Amino acid sequence: MSENRTNASPSHTNETYIGRPLDRVDGRLKVTGGAPYAYEHVEIAGAVHGYILGAAIAKGRMAAIDTAEAEKAPGVLYVMTHRNAPSQPDFGPSVTPTVPEVFTRARPMLSDDRVRFYDEPVALIVAETFEAARAAASLIRVRYETEPGRYDMEAHLAEAYAPQRTNAGFETDSAVGDFEGAFAAAEVRLDVSYTTPYQHHNPMEPHATTAVWSGDDLTIYTGAQTIANFRAGIANTLQLPPERVRIVSPFVGGGFGAKLIVHADTVLAALAARVVGRPVKIALTRQQMFANAGHRAKMKHDVRLGADRNGRLVAISHDVFSATSGFEEFCEQTAVFVRALYASQTRRTRHRLIGLDTNRGEWMRSPGEAPGMLAFECAIDEMAEQLGLDPIEFRIRNEPTRDPERDVPFSTRNLVACMQEGAKRFGWKRRNSQPRAMRDGRFLVGYGMAAAMRPNYIGATRARVRLGGNGHLTVQADMTDIGTGTYTILTQIAADATGLPPSAITVELGDSNFPRTAGSGGSWGAASSGSAVHNACLALRERIVAEARRADPSLASVAAGDVDFANGEIRWAGRGEPLGQLVGRLAPSGIEAEGQVERGDDYRNFSQHSYGAHFVEAGVDIDTGEIRIRRMLSTIGAGRILNQKTARSQVIGGMTWGIGAALMEESVLDPRYGHFVNHDLAEYHVPVNADVPFLEVVFLEEHDDKANVLGSKGIGELGVCGTGAAVANAIYNATGVRVREFPITLDKLLAGLA
Amino acid sequence: MRSFTYQRATSSQEAIAAVAANPDARFIAGGTNLLDLMKLGIERPSHLVDISRLPLAEIEDTPEGGLRIGAEVRNSDLAADLRVRNRYPVLAQALLAGASAQIRNKASTAGNLLQRTRCYFFYDPNMPCNKRQPGSGCAAIEGFNRMHAILGTSSACIAVHPSDMAVAMAALDAQIETVTPEGETRAIPIGDLHSLPGETPNVETVLRHGEMITAVVLPPPPAGRQIYRKVRDRASYAFALVSVAAVIDAGAGRVLSARIAMGGIAPKPWRLSEAERLLSGAEPSKETFEQVDDAAFAKARGSGDNDFKIMLARRTLRATLAAAIRTA
Repeated sequence: MSENRTNASPSHTNETYIGRPLDRVDGRLKVTGGAPYAYEHVEIAGAVHGYILGAAIAKGRMAAIDTAEAEKAPGVLYVMTHRNAPSQPDFGPSVTPTVPEVFTRARPMLSDDRVRFYDEPVALIVAETFEAARAAASLIRVRYETEPGRYDMEAHLAEAYAPQRTNAGFETDSAVGDFEGAFAAAEVRLDVSYTTPYQHHNPMEPHATTAVWSGDDLTIYTGAQTIANFRAGIANTLQLPPERVRIVSPFVGGGFGAKLIVHADTVLAALAARVVGRPVKIALTRQQMFANAGHRAKMKHDVRLGADRNGRLVAISHDVFSATSGFEEFCEQTAVFVRALYASQTRRTRHRLIGLDTNRGEWMRSPGEAPGMLAFECAIDEMAEQLGLDPIEFRIRNEPTRDPERDVPFSTRNLVACMQEGAKRFGWKRRNSQPRAMRDGRFLVGYGMAAAMRPNYIGATRARVRLGGNGHLTVQADMTDIGTGTYTILTQIAADATGLPPSAITVELGDSNFPRTAGSGGSWGAASSGSAVHNACLALRERIVAEARRADPSLASVAAGDVDFANGEIRWAGRGEPLGQLVGRLAPSGIEAEGQVERGDDYRNFSQHSYGAHFVEAGVDIDTGEIRIRRMLSTIGAGRILNQKTARSQVIGGMTWGIGAALMEESVLDPRYGHFVNHDLAEYHVPVNADVPFLEVVFLEEHDDKANVLGSKGIGELGVCGTGAAVANAIYNATGVRVREFPITLDKLLAGLA
Repeated sequence: MRSFTYQRATSSQEAIAAVAANPDARFIAGGTNLLDLMKLGIERPSHLVDISRLPLAEIEDTPEGGLRIGAEVRNSDLAADLRVRNRYPVLAQALLAGASAQIRNKASTAGNLLQRTRCYFFYDPNMPCNKRQPGSGCAAIEGFNRMHAILGTSSACIAVHPSDMAVAMAALDAQIETVTPEGETRAIPIGDLHSLPGETPNVETVLRHGEMITAVVLPPPPAGRQIYRKVRDRASYAFALVSVAAVIDAGAGRVLSARIAMGGIAPKPWRLSEAERLLSGAEPSKETFEQVDDAAFAKARGSGDNDFKIMLARRTLRATLAAAIRTA
């Protein structure tokens, strides 16, 4: 099943480290507590602490805010409210003129007396200690004038509107052929509605910032996925030239999309640090994360499928109704994957929004596919059952040969191979397609599967490499490692491209002083920064060769093809010299080069996605409805795997998210008060160790030469896509109960088990 | 968090006197619940009296053949004690079903009994809550109430007691030993320790301010099979939706005796006395179980999101009894 490989480029001659399960190069630092996170940069002297007071209502205005008592409280240095906050630009329209501006727009805080969502910041208290700031916050008295708000998406479905575009700039609607006609005439029809709930990212590291001013220069230590967005966001909010703002984010305790843009902690720390003349640290509490750090919006999915009796889809429709905020729109691209997943003569996808008086949804791991495939891949399972077909066979019968809507070829697409290989390894043939037919003691047992697909992106990225006179290579980029293993894979890529061992390479990330990258998000980080580092290393080699030839004209006779970099040496037709010796001799201060990558023709001319298939065995207690995942296997076709260990970690993390999405994760919005009721980790459940069985991951050998110079594709989000549907399909197979309202908690199964 | 003063007590007498003298003082032991509540401003003590180092961390055999568990015995130590594991397995199972290993390492026996509800609205100082702020109303009755009680509630409060340990102790007829501010000791049957909400959900126990729990005394282990069955939304580290502590003695096709308490369904560990009476001496038939069900849940009322708990409680009880009788 491996793809034909392109002719090896020079960089492939030293393919030694890419692909290996290299341990994280930053692992020791992290587990020994030596990796500083945003709140922990100990070298910053004299930092004081900020605490954000959030609004106790969701809509209205502050008629009065009394801070006198708080200002007199012990240790308090400063209280900021809308009455004294530094001037900032207006927030502006709900939708930015262009897609990129949503990441960089000004995000003013404490700018007026309005309350637009529950727990929106209404004051910042800065004190000598966190405890003093928090205690003082409880002394602030706010008199609210509450206004009736819109909080219940279902109650306002009739007011749904079509946005101009979805997130990432996709068309709001798509249509191929006459869906309505084909659906009405289809021999077999399915017309179902699913709902997916509000969810929160909850990275282990809460949103936190330490802001330090030095004259007119501002340094922000924070947890950022994309350094450039933070620099622009702060520069625009504080009305500073971007070059005055430095963002430092060497380690990030999880992002999952929640750290793509600046939030309250960053803006308020920057504002307050200037006023008090000392560094200011702010971290959101876990409870504050639920209102102030983004979430995935609640959605209703109407899925209609029409097929002929042979199991060929003739009509596909996925309509999504999503909650969003009235003051800032976010339209997750939930049905966009449907445009490329299965073949059908007709197809329709539509996105609609309901504006509410809440904060808006933001990007959350696998925007689009995570909620979309949860619903759609369950509907596919339902349709397969109606047709009397095995769900894998049904999908194979609808496998397209080209991207069905864009009408371009796929770069690589191993979905069928993923399903077949996964079925073989999982023992899918032991599945009884009749629900409730498998039993183990008091547990009903079921098997389920689902397909996974996630677009492969690449973003404009630069990187710098510098080989020192001591032979040590330093790689620099404003790329971030949000726990994915970026430090490690970039080390491997640089090792293979230069012939140096990983021990001779240091990767430095997360600093706006380094060359600008696309950052971490959308699973594009490895491809974008990896390609740029690779290209930088090739440029470095050229410079080294040129320097050497200049110093020693006799080398001119060695053909370029006979110059090689391997084992820490440069080899001229077989005659080697250690790289460090050569650079020390010719350029003691080091040799530097830059590399870059941007979207090319292959990005536009090919349909590029990563694929996978998830298999789940679930048990359901026949007495109580308790659900236990017994085993899980995912087969992945995602191009070349850069590091077997970190890639596997990405996938099993995603699979665990899939378990959470299927069974647990739900933020409950109170329709009376507009707040998330279960706003802590005791009540917002994610899977714990006991919920997660051994997760098996199989990577198919693949090399996508259209994706990038490395042949890799994005893998950070693929593990989430469709996984929850595989869990849900297994529960259906176990119980015969089809729950269409996620998450599937035991109360939704009980009646059906009787 | 309100600033507070801290005192490390060197004797029970000193601790009791210090708390009794100050209406804003609280005992603190493991702090696993109190500190969370203080951070959120739900508990606002001005003075903390640390009793965690008092010599109350022993587990002793009683002359009657039971156990006397010091108030400061950690949950993890209690669960690991061989006498508890062998003679009171329902208690060991309940302890290990609660919280996480880290919390069990800190949490004390007395603190576990006195932990406060996890009602979402109690935990959010912006929300009405009669328990936190008497007279402010109850946001749970007409709000999201999936975790809430179906028995023993009132029109003022439907909060549930979250302990697992206390449910097992209720089935075991534990006695709570306390010392009052006057220095008198008293023994309170565990079924009398917690108060039902009525019109005063802020009053959660019969303990007076400054009265300190010093021990929990278990009578000799009852005959029969002991089972703790906890049903929750994930496999670990979640509060019970429903739990059952059962001690069933059965033989020769009959139930000889039964003690049953349930958690997750009421403002206190809920003893099923009427069901026990029906079971004792009865043949374990479908009809018996139905009578037991009806007796146990005739008065159960859902408030919406927690309606499922009635069916879940019935099914869990029946499954637990069946398992206990099968293996007795």
